[in-house]
Amino acid sequence: MKYLHLLWRNLTRKKLRTVLTVLAILVAFLLFGYLSAVRQAFNMGIEVAGADRLIVRHKVSIIQFLPISYERRMEQIEGVADAVHQTWFGGVYQEPKNFFAQMPVEPVEFLEMYPEYVLEPPEYEAFLNTRTGAITGVTTAERFGWKVGDRIPIEATIWSKKDGTRTWEFDLVGIYEGAEKGTDTTGFFFRYDYFDEARAWGEGNVGWYTVRIDDPDRAAEIAEAIDREFANSPAETKAEPEGAFMQGFAKQIGDVAAIVTAIVTMAFFTMLLVTGNTMAQSVRERIGELGVLKALGFTHRGVLGLVLAESCLIAVLGGALGLALAAWLVSFGDPTPTASLPIFYFPARDVVIGVVLIFLLGLAAGFFPALRALRLQTADALRR
Amino acid sequence: MSESNNVLVRVHDVDKVFRRGSEEVHVLGGAHLEMPDGEFLALMGPSGSGKSTLLNLIGGLDRPSEGTVEVGGLRIDRLSDRKLAGWRARHIGLVFQFYNLLPVLTAERNVELPLLLTHLSRAERRKHVAAALGVVGLKDRSQHYPRQLSGGEQQRVGIARAIVTDPTILLCDEPTGDLDRTSSDEILNLLSALNEEQGKTIMMVTHDPHAAARASRTLYLDKGKLATEPEE
Ligand SMILES: Nc1ncnc2c1ncn2[C@@H]1O[C@H](COP(=O)(O)OP(=O)(O)O)[C@@H](O)[C@H]1O
Ligand SMILES: [Mg+2]
Repeated sequence: MKYLHLLWRNLTRKKLRTVLTVLAILVAFLLFGYLSAVRQAFNMGIEVAGADRLIVRHKVSIIQFLPISYERRMEQIEGVADAVHQTWFGGVYQEPKNFFAQMPVEPVEFLEMYPEYVLEPPEYEAFLNTRTGAITGVTTAERFGWKVGDRIPIEATIWSKKDGTRTWEFDLVGIYEGAEKGTDTTGFFFRYDYFDEARAWGEGNVGWYTVRIDDPDRAAEIAEAIDREFANSPAETKAEPEGAFMQGFAKQIGDVAAIVTAIVTMAFFTMLLVTGNTMAQSVRERIGELGVLKALGFTHRGVLGLVLAESCLIAVLGGALGLALAAWLVSFGDPTPTASLPIFYFPARDVVIGVVLIFLLGLAAGFFPALRALRLQTADALRR
Repeated sequence: MSESNNVLVRVHDVDKVFRRGSEEVHVLGGAHLEMPDGEFLALMGPSGSGKSTLLNLIGGLDRPSEGTVEVGGLRIDRLSDRKLAGWRARHIGLVFQFYNLLPVLTAERNVELPLLLTHLSRAERRKHVAAALGVVGLKDRSQHYPRQLSGGEQQRVGIARAIVTDPTILLCDEPTGDLDRTSSDEILNLLSALNEEQGKTIMMVTHDPHAAARASRTLYLDKGKLATEPEE
């Protein structure tokens, strides 16, 4: 710590150069931090996916329906604890850009299947007692400024009503919180009985099933058993673990994780060159001074340490500011105008990786200049 | 001076070989030197005769190719780099022709540098620094940067840095070489005072006969030989 003053004064010797280097590092780590949140958003669900849950959909595609009768049949398969259904409603609230997912569900079974959606008991009661009731996650409620008791009109794009109208009105009876940081709190769920009775067509059909299994280790085997049960029927199924299902969903958009990793890697190597160049220049300019330090009694290793510490200090300055700025920007939440990234936060794991990267950058950028400082012969350096 | 049996520096038969391409240059060619404790020795000689080289060997900044260097009874030519660095920090005070202050540090912080290698606390370091700056008469300039000081003042800061650890011996390589007469005299007065009042052993390389006259003994180095008289 007593060397901090010396390190700092050396950094501020060429202020512009240091500021530019720090800014460049800042940008790289801002990019890293922000893209971490984006990658996390695309990986949404994969990490929070229940290991004991399978998703069962129509073999051809998710937009094809499955009969409601499958629920009982699946529950009879050995290893299946419970099955609940969901259906894509795809309605519009006020205007299309206000996108969020809406699904009719069986309240009791559904919330049992998804314990990560946390609802206050009175709101839970209200959901059971209100036929037109709906619940939504805090993110969506905050986005539109909804409060419990509000009446939410949603314009159907798929499901017109028996009376010929397309406007469905729901009474918001509850707002759920996520049990974990990664829990999706954008969903909007309403009652299947109300939906099934009022919809103009498709009665008795649902979108897909979530199945809870007794033993996550047997997931593959049970998924096979389910698909076998419905083989050679008009609606064959494809069952897969929830995580794999979500991943498949994300992969449709592109392998975001790979793209993010590529961008961050390029940014990191650019920074390595920029910072390495700064340190090399800085050491070259100071050969004489480093010689003086050695003459005064600093050891070779001591001088090596000073150079590395200086390099790390630059990296820490830029990196910490960059990560902090990223965290601040991420805290504003989903940047997409259509709210298509329901889970958007800076994962703790990536903060740790960021800090490790900062020090790797500092050490790597300072390596050759420090080596040069280490090898510098005292008498030779003084002679210049 | 010479009647004292208390020999502090004993240089025996040293040579230093430098390579210039394929050519080997022998600089000292077996020089001998003994310095008693408390001596103020001036070392003169033509440029390139090896004065700085000899000074560097005594200060442990470099190693002899041949011969031995003993300071305070310790064979410093045998110490490892690491031990030698520690030894320098404790026993050697260096004063350079071009001061060699760090431009980014104030006078006070420059003087503090050698103390960073000790276990002294910040408060203790400050006390020593203030004392050293007091000795050279620059207490009121402690917050100035080198560029804000005249050459003579910078050299006084250099001397303060050299004495702040209370070293065994002060090695000055042309300390007045870059200064005008007045400033030179101030520096020489300071070195004399350190020698006479505090009993510091000083070895000073110089080209200036005026400066050499202030020393208690003058040696001339030429063609690898140390003599008490300059050669023709
Ligand atoms: N690192 C070195 N490499 C090659 N030659 C050197 C080196 N250091 C000193 N010399 C040579 O050794 C001789 C003595 O140098 P030096 O001790 O600096 O002389 P002085 O201080 O008396 O002017 C000179 O000829 C110089 O060129
Ligand atoms: Mg010289």
